[in-house]
Amino acid sequence: MTTLSLAKAINAGLRRSLGSDDRVMLMGEDVGALGGVFRVTDQLQAEFGRERVFDTPLAESGIIGTAIGLAMRGYRPVCEIQFDGFIYPAFDQIVSQLAKIHKRTDGAVTVPLTIRVPYGGGIGAVEHHSESPEAYFAHTAGLRVVSCSSADDAYAMIQQAIASDDPVLFFEPKRRYWDKEDVDLEAIPTLGLYDARVVTEGTDLTVVAYGPMVATSVAAAREAASEGTSVEVIDLRSLSPIDFGTIERSVAKTGRLVVVHEAPVFLGLGAEIAARISERCFWMLESPVIRVGGYSTPYPPSKVEQYYLPDIDRVLDAVDRSLAVQ
Amino acid sequence: MSIASIEITGHTDAVALLPAVGGDLLLHPIFSAYVSDIGDADLVDMYTDLVVVRRIDAEATALQRQGELGLWAPMLGQEAAQVGSARALRKKDFVFASYREHAVAYLRGVDPTMILRFWRGSTHSGWNPYEVNMTTPAIVVGSQMLHAVGYGMGIRRDRSDDIAITYFGDGATSQGDFSEALGFAASFAAPVVFFCQNNQFAISAPVGVQTTVPIVQRAAGFGIEAVQVDGNDVLAVLAVTRYAAERARNGEGPTFIEAVTYRMGPHTTSDDPTRYRNAEEVARWKERDPINRLLRTLEHRGLATPQMLAAAEATASEFAASVRAGCLGTVEPAPESIFENVYAEPHSLLEEERAEFVSYHGIPDTKTAER
Repeated sequence: MTTLSLAKAINAGLRRSLGSDDRVMLMGEDVGALGGVFRVTDQLQAEFGRERVFDTPLAESGIIGTAIGLAMRGYRPVCEIQFDGFIYPAFDQIVSQLAKIHKRTDGAVTVPLTIRVPYGGGIGAVEHHSESPEAYFAHTAGLRVVSCSSADDAYAMIQQAIASDDPVLFFEPKRRYWDKEDVDLEAIPTLGLYDARVVTEGTDLTVVAYGPMVATSVAAAREAASEGTSVEVIDLRSLSPIDFGTIERSVAKTGRLVVVHEAPVFLGLGAEIAARISERCFWMLESPVIRVGGYSTPYPPSKVEQYYLPDIDRVLDAVDRSLAVQ
Repeated sequence: MSIASIEITGHTDAVALLPAVGGDLLLHPIFSAYVSDIGDADLVDMYTDLVVVRRIDAEATALQRQGELGLWAPMLGQEAAQVGSARALRKKDFVFASYREHAVAYLRGVDPTMILRFWRGSTHSGWNPYEVNMTTPAIVVGSQMLHAVGYGMGIRRDRSDDIAITYFGDGATSQGDFSEALGFAASFAAPVVFFCQNNQFAISAPVGVQTTVPIVQRAAGFGIEAVQVDGNDVLAVLAVTRYAAERARNGEGPTFIEAVTYRMGPHTTSDDPTRYRNAEEVARWKERDPINRLLRTLEHRGLATPQMLAAAEATASEFAASVRAGCLGTVEPAPESIFENVYAEPHSLLEEERAEFVSYHGIPDTKTAER
């Protein structure tokens, strides 16, 4: 076991993928000598050379577009989009090209691209540095969207994403980059990339969260336990496809569901989960599915971001509201 | 030694090798050398190519009018730009095309029937890109140039002497991806040929809406060498593309070619060009027809025999007939095929939806039965 921060764990996973497959390359803005603005690619250029870990011109569409070409040539590019709010210049290449090439070519061309995106708020950043754009991509057929929440999981997930023959958007919760955890660098992953994971077992209510909100939800569950409420927390891990089976099994047990994410509630992942669970678990539900998330506003300035971001109290408030329905 | 030129607004040094009014080939201090191996038989072959692709194009337009194709983007007038450039490529080179490069596809070895399947609405592609080393139509204008550059970056890393070439039009030069592609190509010295067919129009917008300087000048700011060529001169296009390909193979990085041509027909079969251009302009360009241009040189050399002309026509008719038969004989995809190849690996949501779909439509679910 090695104790690693989430950022270092992704770094270790990238190193492992680079070491085991010569076709893997890292590309993006400042990923070389600097090691990325969050140091996630620290030292990897020194270890693997400038041909495999390289800085690109400052152009997000160019990064994804050229990575598609590299993939067509047989490489497995891992692109870093420096911040969530900078992904939109690449939106066309991701949504109109990357997502559709496999289908367009009747399966002849595969595009095994991984797009790493530090996302979410809570670090006191300026505008465009705290967004949660995952729903745009989860809505697009042809893409896979995942989000890690902890160091141990991130280490395995980044390697699985790179090994996937489909394009994967890999959302990294930047406020958790410095959270440490024991990581077994030699362990064989027990979960597939698209499996959800029960993080905390409980019997009274289910909370589904992903990325940065998993730690918040686990803390809320701990708080609830001290008041005698048993909350089960599920880390969704994959946002497209979604492992509904794990959620359904939990809801069959608890009868109550709260979904938590930083992204705006309106048409967020929570909307899809609430709709599906209402369809499939209608007779098991004791109360309506409740969503906790960001508001329908642009992400606010950092001095007031704590009012936008779901926290332990807002999760507990939703738990209380759910339990109040008898 | 005479260096020929053609009339283009604000620009008169486009490379040309075929004389406009017959006679000996024009001499160019750089580019004549690139076609010194081209003999009479090659010129006849090129003529046949031009006649065949024009005929396929006409047949496709007819098929659209008869309701067999949903849409067609005619290349009438642009045959020389496409045939000349495609003939400069090797089999292992990779073409990243737009949606009007029917002649390029034909020369890469794509069965013309397969080209039509896209426009019929039977598929989003038509052929396997890896079988002919050419992508299928890119509809979002300019989206394919970055792919060519990335592919070229991969070629460079492979230490290979393959090259990538990307085709696009004058309209695409206004897209952001155009500038990003030139920037990345220059920065990574990617072995890429940027082949712009300036056919004077982006649907209805004349090239002057896109740029106030000749397109060829756009490359200079990126430090990319650029050549303007008479796009209706198949020999000159072959020469400059060979030159650009040679530079790429030698590790000298990208080259930009502006082939000045004219889209004689509509943007697509849904377009009405009489609304935005006049007959006199079209007539002027008709005088520069790329097939007649080569024919005059063939006549000068005594190659335009009735037998040769008849043979070219016969080849064209044969292809046209096979294209028609192939189009009419298209087997349309099965309804449940919409769920295929969305992902390379199994996807739980898609499998659920597919199961509901086949059940709703009462389709025998062979996939489930196999499991």
